[in-house]
Amino acid sequence: MGPVRDLIVAAIYDQARQIADQVVRRRGAEHDIDWKIDGIVTSKVFGYPLMLGLLGFIFWLTISGANYPSQLLSNLLFGFQDRLTAVCQWLNVPAWLHGVLVLGLYRGLAWVVSVMLPPMAIFFPLFTFLEDLGYLPRVAFNLDRLFKRAGAHGKQVLTMCMGFGCNAAGVTACRIIESPRERLIAVLTNNFVPCNGRFPLLITMSMVMLGAWAGHANSISAALCVAGAVVLGVLVTLFVSWFLSQTLLKGVPSTFTLELPAYRWPKIGTLLIRSVLDRTLFVLFRAVVVAAPAGALIWILANVHIGESSIIGHLGGRLQGFGHLLGLDGYIILAFLLGLPANELVIPILIMSYLSEGVMLELDSLEALRSLLVANGWTWLTALNMILFSLLHFPCGTTLLTIRKETQSTKWTLLAALLPTGVAIVVCFLVAQVVRLFGLV
Amino acid sequence: MKGLAVDARGVFAKLNPAHSDGVIALAGNPNTGKSTVFNGLTGLNQHTGNWPGKTVVLAKGNYRYKSKLITLVDLPGTYSLLANSADEQVARDFICFGKPDATVVVVDATCLERNLNLALQVMEMTPKVILCVNLIDEAKRKKIEIDCPKLAELLGVPVVPTAAREKVGLDKLKEAIHQMVFAHQQTRPRPVRYNQEIEAAVAKIQPELEPYLRGKIDARWVALRLLDGDTTIITEIKKYLRVENVEKAPREQGELKVVKCYK
Amino acid sequence: MGDPEMTLACLPIGHRAQVVKVGAEGLTRNRLLDLGLVPSTVVEAVRKSPAGDPVAYKIRGAIIALRSEESRLVTVRPLA
Repeated sequence: MGPVRDLIVAAIYDQARQIADQVVRRRGAEHDIDWKIDGIVTSKVFGYPLMLGLLGFIFWLTISGANYPSQLLSNLLFGFQDRLTAVCQWLNVPAWLHGVLVLGLYRGLAWVVSVMLPPMAIFFPLFTFLEDLGYLPRVAFNLDRLFKRAGAHGKQVLTMCMGFGCNAAGVTACRIIESPRERLIAVLTNNFVPCNGRFPLLITMSMVMLGAWAGHANSISAALCVAGAVVLGVLVTLFVSWFLSQTLLKGVPSTFTLELPAYRWPKIGTLLIRSVLDRTLFVLFRAVVVAAPAGALIWILANVHIGESSIIGHLGGRLQGFGHLLGLDGYIILAFLLGLPANELVIPILIMSYLSEGVMLELDSLEALRSLLVANGWTWLTALNMILFSLLHFPCGTTLLTIRKETQSTKWTLLAALLPTGVAIVVCFLVAQVVRLFGLV
Repeated sequence: MKGLAVDARGVFAKLNPAHSDGVIALAGNPNTGKSTVFNGLTGLNQHTGNWPGKTVVLAKGNYRYKSKLITLVDLPGTYSLLANSADEQVARDFICFGKPDATVVVVDATCLERNLNLALQVMEMTPKVILCVNLIDEAKRKKIEIDCPKLAELLGVPVVPTAAREKVGLDKLKEAIHQMVFAHQQTRPRPVRYNQEIEAAVAKIQPELEPYLRGKIDARWVALRLLDGDTTIITEIKKYLRVENVEKAPREQGELKVVKCYK
Repeated sequence: MGDPEMTLACLPIGHRAQVVKVGAEGLTRNRLLDLGLVPSTVVEAVRKSPAGDPVAYKIRGAIIALRSEESRLVTVRPLA
């Protein structure tokens, strides 16, 4: 395409300017409020600290705000379980059916709702607020240099932000990256951003780890811990992106242009309605649809005995050696595997597997959970590696299906599952060995 | 969220009533509040974040106005229609081959000059254009005034100021669409004039193209694309015209093709 | 008009310049043109990202960030 294109584009822009000059009257200052805000949020001094601070602040609000409603919901839902049991007894429902329906299906459901709903109901509106405000392109602007170094596209940051809500959505959002090479990098690494389904696990494990073994757990230290996990996820994203752009996905960075739109104060009412309806309830609904049958299935696995032990016991035993190498145990590995349909399920599955081994506990508080875990041989290393494994392991089933759809390739989908899993195994293995070598646990 | 929106669109694509009374395309730069206009008109809940390149699939929605069922197609937000990217090509192809009954170009009142670029490009392709000057509330806050009647006169197409977030002006927009589609209101878009050489070349090529295009596609526009060396448009036009010979369903075919881009 | 020409990448923050020509080719060139970087357009370097690159420019009313790889391809004449 030659100079004709130049002349055509120039002529159109020229006419646009002539028309605009005749109809637009400006009485405002040259530099508006946006200019001042950008001076702060993208400055050398405040740019990065502000981003990290905001991240930490959002997690803190989420964790401390979700604490009480979670407790309340849990009491309510588990209280209702007793009613259900009473009804079952009154109706002479056989024990196995009561087990599948109430102890399996209902319990799984109650856990997912009480653990997931409150943090989501706080996190999503906060995040949507930043999104609608126009802050996210500034984050991309601030971080682009790092992504350029990694051979990736600056807009990958935007797709990662979507990943916070749901990695499947993040993968779909990768369409905004034009270059196929950079889009693939973004698709393959989106999983390193912890999605909403993994937040409850990260939060719970942070509380467990800090509380039991560092001596103090409060919402501030837990928020720092989760923010740390997210920063680690970003670093791994950069590293893996760099690795991919040096090996499988070699190439030159494509054109990068990013508009920094005007800030717009979001309409809070619309924002709340939309983030609750479109995001919170949608994600919760998906989790519940998966959690309820999975809860029933896991109960069956945990309660059907072959010989001495339950099916879960057998499977967990098989995986024990491998789990131990990674600083985890067989049941945790099994929980991650069985949790493939949805990450939300990992903790409920784990608890059910531990409970099936005979320890019966009222799991209505974090303290009770902690005792259960300690009774099953947990140390702070287990909790830490649980965080790392959850952050780095294979994407959930929905995300993998989305990757298949977006890339139209089984090969890349397979890589999208194996690559993070490999990273997770290597990282957990190294951490476990180092910690044990120095006798820290 | 996104997954839901995509599903909803899939359902819409299937349910999209062939008996819709009119199909309207919604074009605009990124960050013009185009999706807010879309939501405001259709009530379909679609996420509208404040970042560029967000609408990556075609969203469709319906609304009823004066007992007419209108289908609205939300095109990807682009700076241009010169088809440098998949998004731009989709938007261009829909306007060109999807034959919408009208195209609403949403522009940002605080940044009119930049946005008019796209509007002028659309006006080269079809005369059935309505300019929606959105974010007038933002402009007011920034002390920017826009003389909409004058703008309508200079462009030769209807201009409707809106503040979609506050639901201001949307009824007027619906009325303008209604007028264009059902009252067959004529517009007189003022074409962009290029330099002598280009105009001379266009004058030469345009009459030669007309017999082939048979008034289905604007010949001046195609001539310009040929001059700037856009090869994609030639293949698309070939496909389109052949398809049209076989079946007399230009709109469906155009849509089908656009949808196919995403499969 | 005796001002020396330079690339857009060299334009100091807070300064304005007029586009002389876009040296890029192919897709990159079209991209830059579509953003309004056509000859005679006035561009202002608004701010650097914390790491120094990309740089945000005010181009025809919008703030657009460009990496130095792209801005290096645009020749401008600084305005006083």
